[in-house]
Amino acid sequence: MSKILVGLKRVVDYNVRVRVKPDGTGVVTDGVKMSINPFDEIALEEALRIKEQGGATEVVVVSIGPADTQQQLRTGLAMGADRAILVQADTAVEPLAAARIFLKLIEKESPQIVLLGKQGIDDDNNQTGQMLAALWDRPQATFASKVELEGAKAKVTREVDAGLETIEVDLPAVLTTDLRLNEPRYVKLPDIMKAKKKPLETVAIASLGVDTAPQFKTTKYEPPAARSKGIMVKDVAELVAALKQKGLV
Amino acid sequence: MAAKILIVAEHAGGKLNPSTAKCVACASTIDGAQIDVAVFATDGAAVAAEAATIQGVKTVLTVNNAANAEPLAAVLAPQVAAVAANYTHVFGPSTTFGKDLMPRVAALLGVGQLSDIMAAEGAYKFRRPVYAGNAIITVEAPQDKKLVATVRTASFQAAAQGGSAAVEAANVSASLPSHTRFVSRSAAATGRPDLQTAPRVVSGGRALGSSDNFKIIFSLADKLGAAVGASRAAVDAGYAANDLQVGQTGKIIAPELYVAVGISGAIQHLTGIKDARTIVAINKDAEAPIFEVADVGLVGDLFTVLPELEKALG
Repeated sequence: MSKILVGLKRVVDYNVRVRVKPDGTGVVTDGVKMSINPFDEIALEEALRIKEQGGATEVVVVSIGPADTQQQLRTGLAMGADRAILVQADTAVEPLAAARIFLKLIEKESPQIVLLGKQGIDDDNNQTGQMLAALWDRPQATFASKVELEGAKAKVTREVDAGLETIEVDLPAVLTTDLRLNEPRYVKLPDIMKAKKKPLETVAIASLGVDTAPQFKTTKYEPPAARSKGIMVKDVAELVAALKQKGLV
Repeated sequence: MAAKILIVAEHAGGKLNPSTAKCVACASTIDGAQIDVAVFATDGAAVAAEAATIQGVKTVLTVNNAANAEPLAAVLAPQVAAVAANYTHVFGPSTTFGKDLMPRVAALLGVGQLSDIMAAEGAYKFRRPVYAGNAIITVEAPQDKKLVATVRTASFQAAAQGGSAAVEAANVSASLPSHTRFVSRSAAATGRPDLQTAPRVVSGGRALGSSDNFKIIFSLADKLGAAVGASRAAVDAGYAANDLQVGQTGKIIAPELYVAVGISGAIQHLTGIKDARTIVAINKDAEAPIFEVADVGLVGDLFTVLPELEKALG
């Protein structure tokens, strides 16, 4: 019985142009479309492909978030996950707390692989997978663009600044996904119906006995500094003249 | 208590990466901070000598171990955590090296991490971008905990040369795992300037239409002595290599001159170039969002404009 745990985070949809609230206390999320974090969708797709190729027998999707996060977990079930676990948290948890929560679930579920997205597109932290691997004392393969399972090992190609790097890790391990790992499948209508019958377990965050007190305090949200208005030129000659004036050519 | 900051050096092929001097520049903005750099390598002498010349660095520590031949986070993290015992802060660059390593270090130390700090307003108060750079937050960290952070390299100019820090060997006792092994690396050897540090960058987007057409981007870049970048759309379409991608999920850069050719300017792309000094946009769609951030914009067909531009540049 080889299991894959996949983390799905509920985030503001990537197409939404996020705006800072005028009072600087946060960003506007009321009435804004929420979706599965795009990197997590890729993680789920990879887990499903591994299962389809016989590399796993069960795919479990996990999320930490408010009750509404059930929507994203149901989408994950409709994509093909076997069951879902929602750790219900009414306030946001920091990556270290999220890693501690995942570790608790790992103790119970004993997965061979934990697949997470490389970062949430809301807080842009890029930490949870690495922290989980450290707490679990297991290997990590971050920014994965290719995963090949070979028995109790995984060969993972990683997207690094200088190009591509391949490492080999012993399982169990934590893998985090980069954009080019795969293209997630679309959910079909009959699968949405079927997903309603799949098990979705809700766990109260307090029942896990994990320290989730935030370490950092965000005191202010601001919009990024606006760039000063540029000029439009009508042809190449004007473009070159403008660059010359700026001392760039 | 004054801040005592340890910076984890990034290096490859016996050479220090410029990201290290940018971390030093960030740390130097904290009043009264003592700044040390640690070099984890098989033999870190050459890299340490380079790090010792960065202004503001007090001591360079070398941690030599055959296991450090490749930058594997699982192997480096216990060693960084051991050296960090004597420090109040541990910084690494927000490059793929630092992003992979530093959260693992933080978790071993039992603390959280601040990612991508773009400004320090004190030893425990920082600003960083969230939501693809659409919001900037001010974050306060507790003073009774070690602070682990990654530094957004695009936000800092490399600290100047001319320093003369002491170089010392550090003894680290940490048990290192064997569960993670390096296999191979393939770097796109281009002979062109490095995208992340180049003062000029020319980027192409989906409008190029093919990898063959993308050659006109390389040609213009060569004329300007610039590095080449690409939008996610161009990379996904196979017109350009992955490591050229500029944006939230690729590289975040801050060149003097950024020329965006055939790039519409999706939010995720703009995140990667917001700090460029001058942005030039060439696009045939006058409504493209890239023109909202461009300092100089030209509406036109790139296949006509680029050859003309190259000619005009002589």
